[in-house]
Amino acid sequence: MTDVPPLLTTADGRPLKAALASAQGRARRKAFYLVAPLLLFVVFSFILPIGQMLHRSIYHDGFSSTAPNLSAWFAANPSGTEPDEAAFAALAADLAEMKKNKTAGEAATRINYTVSATRSLFTATARKADKLQPPFKEALLAEDAKWGEPVIWQAMRAASNPYTTDFYLIATDRARGADGGIEQVPENERIYLWLFGKTFILSGLITFICLILAFPIAHLLATLPMAKSNLLMILVLLPFWTSLLVRTTSWIVLLQGQGVVNNILVSLGMIGEDGRITMIYNQTGTIIVMTHILLPFMVLPLYSVMRTIKPSYARAARSLGATSWTTFRRIYLPQTLPGIGAGALLVFILAVGYYITPALVGGADGQLISNLIQFHMSKSNWSLAAALSGMLLVGVLLLYWLYDRLVGIDKLKLG
Amino acid sequence: MKKILTLSTALTAVAFAAQADVTVMSWGGAYSQSQLEAYAKPYTAQTGVKVNMVDADNPATPVKAMVEASNVTVDVADVEYADAIRLCDEGMLETIDPAMLPAAPDGTPATEDFLPGALTDCAVSTIVFSTVFAYDTSKFPEGPKSIADFFDLEKFPGKRAMRKGAKANLEMALMADGVPAADVYATLETPEGLDRAFAMLDKIKKDTIWWEAGAQPPQLLADGEVAMTTAYNGRIFAAAVAENKPFQVVWDGQVLEYDLFVIPKGAPNLEEAKKFVAFATDTQRLADQAKWISYGPARKSSGPLVGLYQDGKTEMGPHMPTSAENLTNALPSSYEFWVDRDSELNERFNAWLAAN
Amino acid sequence: MALPVYADPLERVWYYTYHAICVAIFVFLIAPILIVMPLSFNAEPYFTFTTKMLTFDPSGYSLRWYDLLLTFGMVAPDAARDSSWWADVWQNATWVRAAKNSVIIGFWSTILATSLGTLAALGLARPEMPYRRLIMAVLISPMIVPIIIIATGLFFFYSSPCGIVGMDCGRLTSTYTGVVMAHATLGIPFVIITVTATLIGFDQSLSRAAASLGASPSRTFFKVVLPLILPGVVSGALFAFVTSFDEVVAVLFIAGPEQQTIPRQMWNGIREQISPAILSVATILVLISIALLATVELLRRRSERIRGVTPQ
Repeated sequence: MTDVPPLLTTADGRPLKAALASAQGRARRKAFYLVAPLLLFVVFSFILPIGQMLHRSIYHDGFSSTAPNLSAWFAANPSGTEPDEAAFAALAADLAEMKKNKTAGEAATRINYTVSATRSLFTATARKADKLQPPFKEALLAEDAKWGEPVIWQAMRAASNPYTTDFYLIATDRARGADGGIEQVPENERIYLWLFGKTFILSGLITFICLILAFPIAHLLATLPMAKSNLLMILVLLPFWTSLLVRTTSWIVLLQGQGVVNNILVSLGMIGEDGRITMIYNQTGTIIVMTHILLPFMVLPLYSVMRTIKPSYARAARSLGATSWTTFRRIYLPQTLPGIGAGALLVFILAVGYYITPALVGGADGQLISNLIQFHMSKSNWSLAAALSGMLLVGVLLLYWLYDRLVGIDKLKLG
Repeated sequence: MKKILTLSTALTAVAFAAQADVTVMSWGGAYSQSQLEAYAKPYTAQTGVKVNMVDADNPATPVKAMVEASNVTVDVADVEYADAIRLCDEGMLETIDPAMLPAAPDGTPATEDFLPGALTDCAVSTIVFSTVFAYDTSKFPEGPKSIADFFDLEKFPGKRAMRKGAKANLEMALMADGVPAADVYATLETPEGLDRAFAMLDKIKKDTIWWEAGAQPPQLLADGEVAMTTAYNGRIFAAAVAENKPFQVVWDGQVLEYDLFVIPKGAPNLEEAKKFVAFATDTQRLADQAKWISYGPARKSSGPLVGLYQDGKTEMGPHMPTSAENLTNALPSSYEFWVDRDSELNERFNAWLAAN
Repeated sequence: MALPVYADPLERVWYYTYHAICVAIFVFLIAPILIVMPLSFNAEPYFTFTTKMLTFDPSGYSLRWYDLLLTFGMVAPDAARDSSWWADVWQNATWVRAAKNSVIIGFWSTILATSLGTLAALGLARPEMPYRRLIMAVLISPMIVPIIIIATGLFFFYSSPCGIVGMDCGRLTSTYTGVVMAHATLGIPFVIITVTATLIGFDQSLSRAAASLGASPSRTFFKVVLPLILPGVVSGALFAFVTSFDEVVAVLFIAGPEQQTIPRQMWNGIREQISPAILSVATILVLISIALLATVELLRRRSERIRGVTPQ
C-alpha cells in the first residue's frame, strides 16, 4: 500500500486546486463584467441591426402575404404542376383582394425583382379583378396573355415562400429560367459581379498606389532624427484628422474643369483652353481622392515597422560588398514586409467599402459596390441591397480575419 | 465634474428646444428657394408655424422608403406626376379631399379652377415645369436650335450633362431621332422604339456627365464642365436672370409635367400638413411663386396674376414652359407610361450606364 | 538620413531624387488641405485664384462667404446687426444650427463611447479575460465593416428597435438619441485601441499595491489607474469626437430634419451648389483639426513621459 500524498489545502482547509479555480473564475467574471456593458451596447447598435438587415436578404413577404390563395395552391401542388383552373381561380381571388387592399403594387414589385416588365401585369389586371368571371383561366388570359407564361408562374412559385434565395441570385447576375433551372442573365443586364470585381480591382490599385507613395516617406520619417521626423509626421497626421468632406471638397476645387490644376496648366501653356483635362467626376477622381484619404493608413504601420529596423544590417551588407540596390532588395525590403502587409490589408479593407468619396467625385464610372447598395436602398429594393451588403460583408470579414491572423488587431495603431 | 454637468444641461436644452414645425421635402436649389419665398415665409408670417425645407434629389424616393420603414419625418413632399399616382396606388399617401382647397377669388371651386388633371386622389399640383436643354452662349455663339443638335457632337462639340435616369431622356432621344412628339410614347412602348432611344443616347454617352440633383446642371454649365445640359427650365432661368449667366434655353423637344404636393402616410403633423397644402396652393400663392422661378401655376385663376420676376423688370411670360411660342415641339409627359414602367426602364438604364 | 561619405555619384543623384520625391508626396498630402484656406476669402464666387488674388489686391479678398455662413437660412438677414439679429442667427441660420447639432451629437457620443470603451479596455487588459481575442475583434469591427452596411442596418433597426421582440417602443430614427448611439458605435474602436495601447505599458502591480494598501477598487481606479491612462483616454475621446464630427452616412440614413449636422450640410453643398461658402466651412474645420491634432500630440508626449517610455 502506498501512501496517498496529502492534498494541498488552503488555510481554511479547502483543496488548493478548487480554491484556485474559484479565484480564477471570479477574476474572469470580474474582467468580463467590465466589458459587458460595451458588449451589450455593441450588440444592440451594431450586431442586431446588421443581422436583422441580412435577414431581409433571404426574406421577403411582399407576394406571399398579399397572395394567400395562390400561395396555398403552390404549397399543395409540387413544382412542375401545370397551373390548372383552381390555380387561376386562386390568382383571381388574390388579385381582387389586392385591389381592395391596394397591395397589387407590393405583390408586383416582388415578382418584378425576378422577372422584369411584370409590374403593369399585376396592377392593370388587379384594377379589373372584381369583374373577372369563371372560367378564370380564359378570363385572365384574355386580360393579358402573359398570365400563361411559365416564367411568371415560376417566379410566383418562388415568391410564394417568403424565404428565398432570389436576391442572392440577382446579386450574382443569375435568374430562374422557365424550367426552374438557374441561369445567367443576358449579358447587357449583368452588373453586380462585374461591379464587385471592379470594386476589388480599384481597391487593389488604390492600395498599390498608396504603398508606392507611402514607402519613401515612411522610410524618410523612420530614418530622420526623432525631432525632425515628428515635425514631418504632422504632415501625415493632419490629413488623417481633417474631415473627409473637407478633403473631398478640396480635391474638387483642385481638379475640376475650371479648377486650380487645370488653370495652372492652361496658364503655363501646357494645355489649351479647350484641352482642359477631366480629372474628377470619373474613375480617375475616385482613385486620386481615395488614395489621398487612405495614404496615412499605409504610412503609419510602415513607419512603425521601419523604425525598428536597425541600420547596422544595411551597413553590414554594404561592407560585405552588396550594391545599394541589393542591400535594399535583400536586406531592407524583407524586414518591412510586416508593415507592408498591415498597411496594405488595412487600406484594402477600408477601400472596398468606401462610399462617400465615389458618391461625390466618382461620376458615372467611378462608383463602387457601396454606392449600388445605397442606390437600391433608396429605391426601396431592400432585399437586394441586403443581399449585396451580405456579399460585401463576407468579403470584408474574410479580409479582417486575415488581418487578425497576420497582423493582430491589437497591433492597430492610430498616430 | 460640475462644469461638465452644467455644460451638458445647456446642450440638452438646445437639443430639445425645437417645436413642432411643418417639414416640406422638395428638390433643393432655386426651386426650394421659390417655395420658401412664395409659400413658407407667408405661411409662417400668418400662422406662426415654422416651415422646415429639406432637400432631396427626387423626394418620391425617400418618401417611399420612409413610409415602408414607418419612419416618416416629412409632412409634405413635392413629387412628379407618375410618382404621385404610383405612391397613391400603393397606399403610401394620405388622400387629399379637393373640398379642403380654397376656391378662386371669383368663387370658382378648386376642382374647376385647377388645370385638367392637376388634382388627383392624393396630390395637388402646384406648377407646370419642363425638362429642356440649355447651353452656354459663350461656347456656341451660333447656338443649337433643335433637340437633334443636343445629340450632335460633330456640329456642337463639347461635354453634355443629362439627368441620371430614364425619364425624359428617352423621350428627348426619340424626338431628336425625328419621332414626332405625338408618337413618342407609342414608339417607346415597342422594344424596337426603346432600343432606338438607347441607341440615340449611345451617341453621346462617352461625353456625358450624369446629374442627380436639379441644382447641378446650372452649376455644371457655370463651372464649364459641360457645354450643354438638360435641366429643369426654372433652374436655368434662375441662373441666367438672377446671376447673369450666359445660358440659353432651347425649348424644342421640351417635356412638360406637373409637380405636385403630397402628404406621406404617417406624416408627423398631418393636420398642419393639410393646412399648409391648402394655403400654398391658393390662387395668390401659386401666382407669387412665378415671381421667383419660371414655372407655370397650376390654377387658371393664377395665370393673370403672374407678372414680373422679383427683380421688377423681367417679363415672366416668355420664360414659361406653357407659353405658346415655347410649345411648338413640346411633349406632355405621360404618367400612364411611366407609372408602370419607371422601375424596369430605370433598371435597364442603370445597366446601360454601367456597361462600358 | 545623411548621405554616407562612401556614396558614389549615382547614389548622390538617387539621394537627391529620393528627397525630391518625398517632398512631392508631402505636397500631395498637404496641399489639398491648405488650398481651401486662401480660396475661402475669394471675393468672387469662383473656386480658383482670380488675378486680383494673385496680385494681392485687397479687393480680391473678402469675408463674404463667412458672412453667408451666418446669414444663410435667417429669417431677416438684412436687419440691423443688433442683439435680435444675433438671436436670429443663433436660432435659424442653417450652418449655425448644423454646428450646434454637430457639437451636441459629438459631445454625447464621445461621452458614451469613452466611458463604455474605457471600462471595456480595462477588462480586456486583464490577463484573465475570457474570449479576449474574439471580443476584441467584435469591438473593433465597426471601424472595419463598411459604413453603408452599418447605416442600412441601423435605418431598419432604429425604425422599430423593439420590433425584434415584437413590441413597439417608438423609434430611434430622427432622434438625437439614435444619432448619438450610432456615432458612439463608430467611435468605440478608436477608444478601445488608444486605451488598450496605454494599458500595455501599464504596470498591473501598481493597482495590486493600491489594493493591498487598503484602497477600494473605485479609489484605486480614480487615484492610480485613471491618472496614468488618462492621456490614452483623452486621445481616444478626441478620436471618437472627430469620428462623430465628420460622420455623414449614418446621418444621411437615420437623422431627421432636426438633426442636420455640418457634414450633412456640406454633403448637400458639394452635391448641389458648391458655393465658396463650403470653402469657408472647410477652412474652419481644418483649423479645428489642427487644434485637435496638436492636443493629441501633446498628450502622447505627456503619456510617454509619465510612463517613462522613452520615445523610440
